[in-house]
Amino acid sequence: MSGILNSSIGRKFAMALSALFLMFFLLQHFAINILSVFSPDAFNEASHFMGTFWAVQFILQPILIIGIVFHFTMGIILELKNRRARQVKYAKNNGNANSTWMSRNMIWTGLLIEAFLIVHMSQLWWHEITVKYISPMKEDPTRYYHELVEHFESPVIVGIYIVAFVFLALHLLHGFNSAFQSIGANNKYTKALKGVSKVYSIGIPVGFIFIALYHHFAH
Amino acid sequence: MALDSKIPQGPLADKWTKHKNTIDLVNPANKRLIDVIVVGTGLAGGSAAATLAELGYNVKAFCFQDSPRRAHSIAAQGGINAAKNYQGDGDSTYRLFYDTVKGGDYRSREANVYRLAEVSANIIDQCVAQGVPFAREYGGLLDNRSFGGVLVSRTFYAAGQTGQQLLLGAYSAMNRQIGRGKIKMYNRHEMLDVVKVDGKARGIITRNLITGEIERHSAHAVVLGTGGYGNVFFLSTNAMGSNVTAAWKAHKRGAYFANPCYTQIHPTCIPVSGDHQSKLTLMSESLRNDGRIWVPKHIKDVEAIRAKKLKPTQIAEEDRDYYLERRYPAFGNLVPRDVASRAAKERCDAGYGVNATGEAVYLDFASAIERYGKEQAYIKGLDGNDTALVKKLGQEVVKAKYGNLFQMYFKIVDEDPYETPMMIYPAVHYTMGGVWVDYNLMTTVPGLYCIGEANFSDHGANRLGASALMQGLADGYFVLPYTIGDYLSDDIRTGPISTDTKEFEEAEKSVKEKLDFFINNEGKHSVDYFHKRLGKIMWNKVGMSRNVKGLTEAIAEIKALREQFWKEVSVPGTNEELNEELAKAGRVADFLELGELFAKDALVREESCGGHFREDSVELDGEQKGEALRNDEDFAYVAAWEYKGEPSDAVLHKEELEFKDIELKQRSYK
Amino acid sequence: MNLTLKIWRQKNANDKGKMVDYKISDVSPDMSFLEMLDVLNEQLINSGDEPVAFDHDCREGICGMCSLYINGEAHGPDRGVTTCQLHMRMFKDGDTIYIEPFRAKAFPVIKDLVVDRSAFDRIQHAGGFISVNTSGNTIDANAIPVNKQDADTAFEAATCIGCGACVASCKNSSAMLFVGAKVSQFALLPQGQVEATDRVMNMVKQMDEEGFGNCTNTGACEVECPKGISLENIARMNSEYLKASFKG
Repeated sequence: MSGILNSSIGRKFAMALSALFLMFFLLQHFAINILSVFSPDAFNEASHFMGTFWAVQFILQPILIIGIVFHFTMGIILELKNRRARQVKYAKNNGNANSTWMSRNMIWTGLLIEAFLIVHMSQLWWHEITVKYISPMKEDPTRYYHELVEHFESPVIVGIYIVAFVFLALHLLHGFNSAFQSIGANNKYTKALKGVSKVYSIGIPVGFIFIALYHHFAH
Repeated sequence: MALDSKIPQGPLADKWTKHKNTIDLVNPANKRLIDVIVVGTGLAGGSAAATLAELGYNVKAFCFQDSPRRAHSIAAQGGINAAKNYQGDGDSTYRLFYDTVKGGDYRSREANVYRLAEVSANIIDQCVAQGVPFAREYGGLLDNRSFGGVLVSRTFYAAGQTGQQLLLGAYSAMNRQIGRGKIKMYNRHEMLDVVKVDGKARGIITRNLITGEIERHSAHAVVLGTGGYGNVFFLSTNAMGSNVTAAWKAHKRGAYFANPCYTQIHPTCIPVSGDHQSKLTLMSESLRNDGRIWVPKHIKDVEAIRAKKLKPTQIAEEDRDYYLERRYPAFGNLVPRDVASRAAKERCDAGYGVNATGEAVYLDFASAIERYGKEQAYIKGLDGNDTALVKKLGQEVVKAKYGNLFQMYFKIVDEDPYETPMMIYPAVHYTMGGVWVDYNLMTTVPGLYCIGEANFSDHGANRLGASALMQGLADGYFVLPYTIGDYLSDDIRTGPISTDTKEFEEAEKSVKEKLDFFINNEGKHSVDYFHKRLGKIMWNKVGMSRNVKGLTEAIAEIKALREQFWKEVSVPGTNEELNEELAKAGRVADFLELGELFAKDALVREESCGGHFREDSVELDGEQKGEALRNDEDFAYVAAWEYKGEPSDAVLHKEELEFKDIELKQRSYK
Repeated sequence: MNLTLKIWRQKNANDKGKMVDYKISDVSPDMSFLEMLDVLNEQLINSGDEPVAFDHDCREGICGMCSLYINGEAHGPDRGVTTCQLHMRMFKDGDTIYIEPFRAKAFPVIKDLVVDRSAFDRIQHAGGFISVNTSGNTIDANAIPVNKQDADTAFEAATCIGCGACVASCKNSSAMLFVGAKVSQFALLPQGQVEATDRVMNMVKQMDEEGFGNCTNTGACEVECPKGISLENIARMNSEYLKASFKG
């Protein structure tokens, strides 16, 4: 068991585990955000719960941060290592003949998503942390919806948001299945899983984009 | 020197057991003091190297490929025979023995063949234990198929890749020993000479094919498992690198070369498509179970086909000549390989060949597709008169049985064999002849052993399908490891063999001189130029059908070609690098000598037996008119040739073959 | 057909190497790709130039010796074939064909198009076997029935010819399809169970030491594999490895 993170398969496994966790988080994030379209109250309630419940704040939130940082760092380490495994490049390489653009460009889609995350965190998450822990103000359980609406007023932010989620979709289109393959699940359910993968990988990002556009144009 | 085959006394069935019980052994502690060189890593060499290392000997193994796994045993398709009688169809050690001797046209050594049949069952056990994934039935037990016209199903197989799976098994056994340090593996090394010290084989000279370095390797015994010499014909089903060099160098150092003229021409290969052709591809013999072989009855149809004005499918049933079914009603398309090959040649020589070069016949699956299709329609309760449906169902069955072969054919020929008959023609496939060995598999040079296809083997004048894999593994796993101990037991006090002796020095010097000659020769023709010409002479005059005139001419022509080769061959590059042309030059030089001995052997053997067909030895009348005629009175011997310089000076030694347990009969397939 | 060939020429392992252009004419569509190179080499020899070195042996797609990265793909544009089975009818008159060696740090170039794939052998030495001595006294072959589906799947994994196309095609030069195939073959058979833990640990360790990249599941290997070895084998190796790791 020791040193599993030093082996190729161990790292692959760790990448997959962190990815699965992040995909689960994304689903949860989406579930709460979509509430804002149907019911501001429900959205406020869910957000308030997530923002104040201790287990979310002090256990899941740190795990999430570690997960993101790990996935990002390990992704870069592996990419650099993998590049070193071929020192002379091909004069002609026909990658499209045997693999998808998404699968070959995970590093680029990943880096773009990371860039977006930095913007996203500095705008929203940092605000949350400030409000809650750095200069605490009296908690207003209904502030979340307004903040959301306010956030999507800016066409620039919506634009960035859309681009980021397109890249997320591309990342997921390869990443979702890939994670299952990496943890060793390739069996009779794989075909069905591929269907689920497509639905998730396109559905979730499109959903997020819809939320952004909805709030941009609805108010 | 008189030939002593060292066959143990006693009843046939007890010989091997008794021999194993009485020969000397080397104790485990002493095995550590003994080195053995194994050249070649196919089924025979690979299995021998692994087993010798397991026993405790220090093994050095050599192959010219980049990995032991690439030896040409890997290309064997059909299967491996073993007298397991899992099908309960009456198979037994004796029956396998009998079929092999009869199939070999009574030109093999009874005792060896019986031993082969005896250990055959162990091979399957061993391979399964190694993780070889043989084909299985739904009950989880091993499946068998029938093969090559014998009366039982005793062939074990792994789809059309049996050789590959068995070789990977032997390779994995080698890997285990390489990992333990008991085998030292030398890839991309070619053996260029045997070194004898005090009359015994004590080492070899090799060339590192990457650096060009000439190396000396010593050992207490040397084992050659270097395969057959079919490439003397240039075009054959052998790999491009398959060569006779190791065996030929051994011959030059005193090992007798036996029955060089026994060559198997396989009837079902993809025909030559043009002058650029570099090798021929086999279509497994199993295809003849379902394919029907024919050519058109009328010359005008042949011409129309060649002119592409007519398709074979347009030729009416009554205008086709199913010549095997016509000539051999009892066995039909399932006659042995030598008979099927000669019959194809006969039709093509008469002008009925169906491709542009006139050297192809049809192998037609249309009736098998229809038969299987009707069968399936019946089983599934569908309309058996719906031609399209029947065809579709039939094609599915054929695909399940031969899909990989059909795909291979399609890729090479660009014609769909499901829709139009395959074109096939005989091609050189296997050489039954080889280095002469005694019952212990030792050559006439003490300490020099020869196993697998490289020795003159257990197949007599013709090999049955699925027997080559059996022999290679029998020799390597179960025979040599025992018999070599008898010889090595005298060597426990010898100590390491030094390579700093004049014998090694001389051998190395002569190897270097030859290489330097090639590099420095200001010739004007490439090595292939000579190889192709040699192949043409061999194929036309020493091929499927031989006569005195042709053989005599061939001997003179090969000699002249050899002289021209030494004057005019051109080899680019240098000695100190990867230089394939240089490696080829050395191999072709040896083929040019072997070819002449081959023709000479064929000339001396004035009978037709197995793969050796002499036009002057045929049945003159009766039902068998025109068929091969054996001459047991004068030729029931192994022809073992001693090297004396020029091939024409080679001296013939005869090992008379005794048949105590089998009655000699003329083969009949009518 | 008349063709322009762009071929990687490199004198030896230390040479830098470069692409060199050659013209070849009267190529027959019935030739195999290697026969086309034979013709080129004959031309080069006759004009006093050095022939192009390339690996090949059986020329019927089973030994795994031939390689070549042709027009950006391992074993060229056709599917389910090795270079020796690739025929010139896949190309058109006037085409330009790039011919490069399989590239990976773990497969150093020896000369021209010849590379050193002994890393594959070393991975096999580490565990690509079942430890059984040759005795003639092993249990009867039919003593342990094997489920037909497992046997067939093991066989499919075992058809790997070790050519290295998977490594060459992989953007990461990963050898996981090759190693996965071998691990799978033994993992699926009862005979392979006893050593399963050590086998997968040792083989993966050796694979990592050889300098192959990691698998990112692009699936290029499966597409380019001349024997159609499935990605399932990599998944199976992953789970075997993880099982073995947690076992200790």
